[in-house]
Amino acid sequence: MAVDRFPVEASHIMMFARSIGDSNPVYASEPEAAGTELGRMIAPPTFAQASAQFDPDYPLRPKIGRPWFGSGATPTGAVSGSAGSGSSDDTRAEAGGNKGVLHAEQHFEYHRHIGPGDVLTATTRPGDSWEKQSKRAGTLKFTESITEYRDQHGELVITARGIGVQTERPVEN
Amino acid sequence: MTLTASDLAVGDTKTEVLTEDLTRTQIVQYAGASGDYNPLHTDDLFTREVAGYPGVFAHGMLTMGMTGRILTDWVGDGRLTRYGVRFVSQVWPGDRLTATATVTAIDGDTVEFDVVTVNQHDAPVVTGTAAARLG
Repeated sequence: MAVDRFPVEASHIMMFARSIGDSNPVYASEPEAAGTELGRMIAPPTFAQASAQFDPDYPLRPKIGRPWFGSGATPTGAVSGSAGSGSSDDTRAEAGGNKGVLHAEQHFEYHRHIGPGDVLTATTRPGDSWEKQSKRAGTLKFTESITEYRDQHGELVITARGIGVQTERPVEN
Repeated sequence: MTLTASDLAVGDTKTEVLTEDLTRTQIVQYAGASGDYNPLHTDDLFTREVAGYPGVFAHGMLTMGMTGRILTDWVGDGRLTRYGVRFVSQVWPGDRLTATATVTAIDGDTVEFDVVTVNQHDAPVVTGTAAARLG
């Protein structure tokens, strides 16, 4: 992931906070946040993940004029129609999607809490990768990535470490 | 009143119900706000017939986001220095989620926490740790 410009905006924070069911006034609006102990609006701890909105290549957002792998007239927009876990990765890649990768871990380090007015960049580098056997989902392939969020002054504000897991088959529950 | 490290002791704990009944609509809301439109979370037809799951399930990041509230409501705003989780089990529409945070260490004004969110079967769905600078 590379994001050249992630403008942190009050209404985006408000919508994000609503979606996680958090009515804290520091996330609601500038006037409401002004009445809190902090006195200003900040973003919730996991908000940096919404930088996906500003990643031009993010595979899990439909792109205008391009096929999408979710359902429409058929259960999948992927051309082969057989995009079970790992079975037609190429087709799914064309229509978006992330090849059956699930989120295994997410870690954030906060150097400073971001708020409206910040304009961030994000750069991601690969970390470790490893495999594990699982009874519930077969061979698990783990991939780590580290994302650094910097503000308009080039200062590091958040370091994020995500681990994705590609399962051999859907996870049994 | 501002919480300080001296107000806390190792072993102190807080529990909060995050949702009584997680709705598909909230999952859709999270997709829209976060920008993660993976059909596994919003498209039941795709999820059942193509991906092979019983139905849509929540973004791990939705549960992590909801769980964060137990920390920020306790320590105060803008004080977390670290927050990380493992996604242990999937979260489904209809789940009742309860989060618990526990103080594990205090070093000066830095307080460390364990956090766990369980579903209605008491099965952990998210486990993690966090740290906050107080005072």
